[in-house]
Amino acid sequence: MSTPKEVLLDPIFNNNPIALQVLGICSALAVTVNMSTTLVMCAAVIFVTTMSNVAVSLVRNRVPSSIRIIVQMTIIASLVIVVDQFLQAYAYEISKSLSVFVGLIITNCIVMGRAEAFAMQNGPVMSALDGFGNALGYSVILVGVALIREPLGSGTLLGFEILPRVADGGWYHTNGLMLLAPSAFFIIGLFIWAIRAWKPEQVEASEYEIAPNLQYKEAM
Amino acid sequence: MEQYLGLFIRAVFIENMALTFFLGMCTFIAISKKISTAIGLGIAVVVVLAITVPVNNLILNYLLKEGALAWAGFPNVDLSFLGLLSYIGVIAAMVQILEMFLDRFVPFLYNALGVFLPLITVNCAILGASLFMVERDYSFAESTVFGLGAGVGWALAITALAGVREKLKYSDVPEGLRGLGITFISVGLISLCFMSFGGIDI
Repeated sequence: MSTPKEVLLDPIFNNNPIALQVLGICSALAVTVNMSTTLVMCAAVIFVTTMSNVAVSLVRNRVPSSIRIIVQMTIIASLVIVVDQFLQAYAYEISKSLSVFVGLIITNCIVMGRAEAFAMQNGPVMSALDGFGNALGYSVILVGVALIREPLGSGTLLGFEILPRVADGGWYHTNGLMLLAPSAFFIIGLFIWAIRAWKPEQVEASEYEIAPNLQYKEAM
Repeated sequence: MEQYLGLFIRAVFIENMALTFFLGMCTFIAISKKISTAIGLGIAVVVVLAITVPVNNLILNYLLKEGALAWAGFPNVDLSFLGLLSYIGVIAAMVQILEMFLDRFVPFLYNALGVFLPLITVNCAILGASLFMVERDYSFAESTVFGLGAGVGWALAITALAGVREKLKYSDVPEGLRGLGITFISVGLISLCFMSFGGIDI
């Protein structure tokens, strides 16, 4: 049995939901064009994952396993509706720019995945820690990507100018690619490379070992 | 007619679900190791999208929208906050019905798609298409075309990625990039290629 600290901190680098478990990538890429939407998205995911883990864990012994998916889905969808309505009431601009991605937290595999894999077997307190930790691991990657995309793409961070743009009389030519979809894929790919270079035990075994090239001697 | 063709082309190439909006990424990355399974999953997504988007459109227009319940005698009721819950319910139910229907009447298709159908319920591309339909206010006909186009676009993208990955496994990739890392970078390159469709407009 793992300690609460491990449950909370493991998902951040050792077992990161995005970089290792391949969960919840969909929304990770789309909202990272600027920092403020990213932070709101992270807060929403942290809230939903933690609360859904607690709720699923509380009802886990009373739900027959044949209908557990639909029960989890209803719990998650209700929590997401709360978040969605809250954002529309108090942060309308940001909820407009997040568009469909708040709703898509429902199908974010992290929420479903943790409810199914952890909360169904563990008590509410541990489940809350697990949900929080996994959402935090997700947030770390998201904030990291946004930290690269926003300054390079539009010269700002959280809306404040940090690299003076040529258009405003500064020196920085904004890199339009950073605002487009492909850059997010490249940045996440490089992030995964960085994490695996740091923690080599996460490297996947290759399917085919390439035989060493012995032909060059004949060419000599 | 032209308008629908334009919408279809937009949904397939320009606003590709997987490559421009990053929807359905989890299954997109996880199930793209072989071309044959990728095609199977792609067809399942096309079928489910082409059914659920129009059905959700009907639900929105006749049950949830403000004033939509006028036919039942409640002209002032606005249930649109229940949207998310209803769409996901419809999707889960449709997938279940489709699975039972295929099992009973089209067994060979069931054998081919069976394993993928449950996966599709939690595929964000399906829910995403319904939410885009709501946000862009499509009519019933438009949402049918959009659902079909979005599905075809997604299927095209996953087949392309599977093709790349089948070749990729024989290449000498730096250690840390093996598997997931190089897949992301390949998806980025495919997405860059799809950007070149951006100018098409019918």
